[in-house]
Amino acid sequence: MESLINRYRNVTVLVLVILAQLVLVAVQVKNDQDVRMIRVWAVTAVIPLARTLEGIRSGTFGFLNGYILLRSAYEESRQMKADLGRLKMENLFLKSELATADRAKALSVFQARTPSRTLAARVIATGTGAGSKVVFIDRGSLAGVERGMGVVTPDGIVGKVIAAYPTATEVLLITDAGFAAGIISQKNHVRGTLKGQGFANCKVDYVPNEEKLEAGELLYTSGDDRIFPKGFPAGVVRVVRPGSQFKDIFVEPTGLRHGLEEVLVLLEGVHQALPNYQAENAPVYLASPPPGNPAHPAAGAPPTPPVGTEADHLMQHYKDVGAAQGHKFGEGLPGTKPPDFNLKLPEASGAPAPAPGAQAPQPAAAVPPRSKPSVPAQAGAPPAEKKKPAPQAADPL
Amino acid sequence: MTNDRILLANQRESRISKFRAWVIVLVPLAAILFQVYVPLFFEFLGYLELPLLVTVYFALMRRSPMTGLFVGAFVGLAQDSLSKNPLGMFGIVKTLVGYFAASVGLRFDVEHSLVRLILALFFYFFHQFFYWVLAHALLGQQIDFDWQRTLMLGLLNAVVGVSLFHFLDKLKEGA
Repeated sequence: MESLINRYRNVTVLVLVILAQLVLVAVQVKNDQDVRMIRVWAVTAVIPLARTLEGIRSGTFGFLNGYILLRSAYEESRQMKADLGRLKMENLFLKSELATADRAKALSVFQARTPSRTLAARVIATGTGAGSKVVFIDRGSLAGVERGMGVVTPDGIVGKVIAAYPTATEVLLITDAGFAAGIISQKNHVRGTLKGQGFANCKVDYVPNEEKLEAGELLYTSGDDRIFPKGFPAGVVRVVRPGSQFKDIFVEPTGLRHGLEEVLVLLEGVHQALPNYQAENAPVYLASPPPGNPAHPAAGAPPTPPVGTEADHLMQHYKDVGAAQGHKFGEGLPGTKPPDFNLKLPEASGAPAPAPGAQAPQPAAAVPPRSKPSVPAQAGAPPAEKKKPAPQAADPL
Repeated sequence: MTNDRILLANQRESRISKFRAWVIVLVPLAAILFQVYVPLFFEFLGYLELPLLVTVYFALMRRSPMTGLFVGAFVGLAQDSLSKNPLGMFGIVKTLVGYFAASVGLRFDVEHSLVRLILALFFYFFHQFFYWVLAHALLGQQIDFDWQRTLMLGLLNAVVGVSLFHFLDKLKEGA
């Protein structure tokens, strides 16, 4: 028996070690709880080394940049960068608030609300594994960071806290395959779920084919996930294709555009309204107006056909007939002679024929809208010239 | 023993390399540190699996399955601790890699560069595939396995691995 054990000792130890780790995985998966002690050990062992390396690196570069090369310019640039980031956040908040209502109301809303409380942190390490989408930041639970908090930059959301250790925090990036967040589109307020894919672009799931979403549209957090408050930029739609049931949508996350060095942990999120969509002011070509009076249509242009229903056309015809005979509808007493409705009007275009001495009708550009009926031609007015026919008016009614 | 003689006729011919204790502790730690720190500045270096290469190296050179599996388990669990995965995912895979690498080291001349290249490529592929199987089976992750990408990254890691192994040879006792 002893020789048997000795003979298979290696395999036995292998099986035991594998089994122990399988049990470890099973316990974590089943209870959805972490074996925190081992992680704390590893993080405590590795992160200080990374922090030291980062300190040496940034110290060296900082020394070179700060003291040997243009110290003042560097300081100024750093200050401006910090200001720019802060102003972007403030601007975003103000924009969204101002877009919700009129200025006074937005200001009062702004005064009543406070923006999200954030904590600045520096990225000091990435997670293990090839192509890992996890980073560590240098603030931990001692600074108030908790699991589940969102992590953002002024450009957009970055990820969420998946573990908070005393001096460091593990952040799952938006591009990780396990990441998901609720989003809403800016233009049509289409809701969906933003998911990482393991590489640079993310995708949006659960947007039915019937919904309207366009490439180039901005996506914001919807606040449904209870991680990110509503109104933070999430990404820009790059590709939209109809799928079998839901659209295939690929999104470029905006928060990672400028790399990851410093981030903000959302200690207390404040929901914000989405900024109003503004159509892009694309230049539109307009041809130069025709020579002469721009209000008149070009000579020889076909008359515009009258618009409206058959009843409208009939009523217009009767009005024209009445106007041609100098008759005013609604003014004659009972028994007076009605106008001759069989009268052939001189123009078949439908334009009212001017009565003898009637005033020529105004050109189309001067015709008031349909809701304001024009004054009918009056008898006694000088006749209109036949050489210069009155332009086809839009429905004067 | 000549360079072109790859297969060992007798296990006794194999030479067990010895390392100082600090080498066995610090080199894997440095590999993990490299993996968590350097990709911050050079993102493409995130595809290098230095902890795996170090595990393979120590297992091959020590030619002891017990050492191989424990080095693999240690490195794997340390990696798990710094990742989002449950503890044990990398641990299981690297334990197997360490064990099999040591078993292979008993039968092949692992000083040969070509053998090292092929083994590094094989174990990278094995590592990625087995990890994918575990993630699929234990965690229910629905991730596609990209054969071509894995093969390309395996080649990259194998080339780097050969150079790394040459460097680590200098840390052997009596080297």
